[in-house]
Amino acid sequence: MRKPLRLTVNGQLHQLAVNPYRTLVEVLREDLGLTGTKQGCGEGDCGACTVLLDGVAVNSCLVLAVQAEGRQITTIEGLARPDALHPIQQAFVDHGAIQCGFCTPGVILRVKSFLDENPAPSEAEVRQGIAGNLCRCTGYQKIVEAVLAAATALQPAQGDGP
Amino acid sequence: MKTYSVLGTRAPRLDAPDKATGRALYTDDLRLPGTLHEALLHSPHAHARIKRIDAGRARAMPGVKAVLTAADVPGIRFGVSPARYDETVFARDKVLYLGDELAAVAAVDREIALEALERIDVEYEPLPIILDARQALSGTAPQIHELYPGNLSATVEQEFGDLASARSQAYRTRTGRLESEMQDAAFLEPQAALAAFDSQGYLTLTSSTQSVHYVQRTVAMVLGLPAHKVRVIKPYVGGGFGPKAACSTLELATCLLARATGRPVKITFSREEVFLHSRARHKFVHDMTLGADRDGRLLFLDHEAMLDGGAYASFGIATVYYAGSLLGGPYRLPAMRYKGIRAVTNKPACGAQRGHGGVIARALFERLLDELAEELGRDPLEIRLLNMMETGDVTCNDLNMSSLGMRQCLEAVRDGSGWASKRGKLPRGKGIGMACGFFVSGAGYPIYRSDTFHSTATIKVQEDGGGVLLHTASAEIGQGSDTAMAMIAAETLGIPLDCVRVKSGDTDLGVDLGAYSSRQTLMTGHAVREAAAGARDQILGAIAALLGVAPADLVIREGRIAAAREGISLDISAIRDRYTKEHRGWTDNPSSGPLTFREASRLAFLERGTIVGIGNYRPPPLGGKFKGAAVGTSPAYGCSAQVVELTVDLETGQVAIESVTDAHDCGKAINLTSVEGQMQGSVAMGLGEALLEQVKFDRMGKIQNPNLSDYKIPTAVDVPPIRTIVIESDEPNGPYGAKEVGEGAIMPTIPAILNALHDATGIRFGKLPVTAERIAAALRGVALRDDPSAESSSCIPKTGVTPPAPYPPKAG
Repeated sequence: MRKPLRLTVNGQLHQLAVNPYRTLVEVLREDLGLTGTKQGCGEGDCGACTVLLDGVAVNSCLVLAVQAEGRQITTIEGLARPDALHPIQQAFVDHGAIQCGFCTPGVILRVKSFLDENPAPSEAEVRQGIAGNLCRCTGYQKIVEAVLAAATALQPAQGDGP
Repeated sequence: MKTYSVLGTRAPRLDAPDKATGRALYTDDLRLPGTLHEALLHSPHAHARIKRIDAGRARAMPGVKAVLTAADVPGIRFGVSPARYDETVFARDKVLYLGDELAAVAAVDREIALEALERIDVEYEPLPIILDARQALSGTAPQIHELYPGNLSATVEQEFGDLASARSQAYRTRTGRLESEMQDAAFLEPQAALAAFDSQGYLTLTSSTQSVHYVQRTVAMVLGLPAHKVRVIKPYVGGGFGPKAACSTLELATCLLARATGRPVKITFSREEVFLHSRARHKFVHDMTLGADRDGRLLFLDHEAMLDGGAYASFGIATVYYAGSLLGGPYRLPAMRYKGIRAVTNKPACGAQRGHGGVIARALFERLLDELAEELGRDPLEIRLLNMMETGDVTCNDLNMSSLGMRQCLEAVRDGSGWASKRGKLPRGKGIGMACGFFVSGAGYPIYRSDTFHSTATIKVQEDGGGVLLHTASAEIGQGSDTAMAMIAAETLGIPLDCVRVKSGDTDLGVDLGAYSSRQTLMTGHAVREAAAGARDQILGAIAALLGVAPADLVIREGRIAAAREGISLDISAIRDRYTKEHRGWTDNPSSGPLTFREASRLAFLERGTIVGIGNYRPPPLGGKFKGAAVGTSPAYGCSAQVVELTVDLETGQVAIESVTDAHDCGKAINLTSVEGQMQGSVAMGLGEALLEQVKFDRMGKIQNPNLSDYKIPTAVDVPPIRTIVIESDEPNGPYGAKEVGEGAIMPTIPAILNALHDATGIRFGKLPVTAERIAAALRGVALRDDPSAESSSCIPKTGVTPPAPYPPKAG
């Protein structure tokens, strides 16, 4: 039995009718065509489906679409400005933190949530912060380097005032 | 040293912005109008006779468009190596492992497809389940696969040099066993396929494959279609590491359903199905005896191995050969005997995975090398320096080290890790260990017997000038091959990287055997270089004619036409005028300075029409004449050395890898960042295989951990900082001197960890993965040496079974 659902994704309101057992990742990918969110396991183990729910990173395969009603959902498609990559995305590009790219959207959104909480992390904190997102290609090293670079790039400019 | 403008830089990957923003499309992201959802029926039994299949109730469901079982599809056998075609699309008389595919459904949505599976009635007669390779080969076990009497999938017997004499001269020998467990590649993207026929009967299959070429041939063969009517496209692929190199029922059933329904059909594996399908790392048992003279020079290796292959051959015939042949180097070894055997069991088929066949063998060899060093009172690094091969050496099994930076790798990790100040000086519980390895830069022969070119490339110069289109059928699976190929094209053409647009992974674009055996950089790279040179020479020929100079007087450098040497003056005013007049009203016409590539390529088109450069590459005949000589041959070999430092919690057995220093000789590094990325990813995978990863079965043959929670791969906190040192030998057989990095880099990781664990605990571990429980038990003295060789005298049981008719296999 389909249920009416109002989802706000990347600032845009969508009116849908979905079966209540469907997960958020399914609705994002199949109903809204937002295929940047990946599904790697469907069981909350890999983190590839990470999105932001009210700014906090969640595994969208573990969230029912109906649970996201009335919340602000941010997917990877909503992170960049039209004219420029988000500084986290730019750091991932510049530091070689992307190989196959399947984990990348989830990792980037996890990092967004993490750096919002901890804007100047240590390397060990970065590793802890992304430990819920699996990557099989990179060995994480260039991801960690990219996150540290992004943290620096996102710091408010200091000492250049009058 | 040659200087380059594009090669050797850290150019960001061409696909990185699309991957960072979610624009990059993978197979499951694609949709065609009217696409049906597919689901596969897997056997719930590991071994059973199929007495009856009745799909009537499923076919009658509203929304079900087709149900296919063995009775509805061609019974043509397929597989990887034609000599071992042993799979059918669906199980016909028996199921051979828990997961074997029996039927496929296409329905209007996923829920209906899954529900239809439950309405396919199958009656089974359970048969005895054989899960242990030793038991399978015992001579008393029931025959699992009808093609393999005695459950013998393949045997190898090879001897090089005079083993008996070498053995008699040995001053010291060390004997040991290493036993591993079946592992999973755990790529993040589950396999997926999307198939559709057009109204002219042409089939397009989009698949998460590592080789569009092999899939095209297999689909054509099984569906009975001419190959030119089968187009296979590989969009972005979320990692492969080997298991995605073989064509599978996933792909074939999708094509058959598309034919049966006349509609597009799509399927994506669940994570559990990824585990059930497997085709990943075999379970190996290796026995080796390694002998050396009084000075520590290696004299011989006597080696036996048993592989648990699972139900089908897949790449496993090549695996059992590689398990022996990849020990021929990187040390001088005058004599080597190898006996390998691969068993059929009621488990998912194993196949190729990063470091194909050689990883566990390398781990034991390097452990025994450390043991020999200890016996002789030598430093492990010193004994490696004493024995290592150098450029120009040929192994006893005829592998030619046309370049080999082994010494530079060893010295780099020695100096980079502070080896001398740490070795033998760390407190109990802390350890340092090292190991080396080498690997092919592409298999010397295709997996079917053929004189085919291994890679082709075309470069079309865009007619309006300024850019080129590079087309190959190679497989970008995350390793960065598209970017590397664009860099080779840009360097050869003398133009900036952003003037090259790449399309790849499509059988319409040429022939390429794909991303396996670490072959793209060398083989596709050769073809791309040749294509680019052809396009460049045509442009320069046209411009030289216009300028009244010889083609050899001109070069393209950083996107501009320049004189090849001093003393040549070029008057370009007339031809520039011709270009400018064509572009009246345009505001960005070049007006000063040398002729640009944009002008030159447009003018060349005006003179000659469309300009296309073509490149073809296949390796020269390689290797010896003995049976199996093809496996292990390659135009070039990469090599590496690693030092691992770790801490063992002496109470719990928990291991923390503190640091890894890794040097790899990849020849000329096309893209330094990508090379480092391959090295770091290899170390992480090796770390997981050494300490964490094991596919576990219950006694009914059901996988107990088919998920990424219970099958543990390393997370960011498990992997330490990795110091990567890129060694660039100049490989004469590689494009611009380049060779592999994608697989060889994993070779030293497991043994370096084993050797460091010994340094920390005094224990030589003989079973992988070396879990905390195993370490804790060994530390408590429950198993003092943790050496499984005590359990039986040889890893290969006596069978009394006649092996299958011999055939010379081709490499995989």
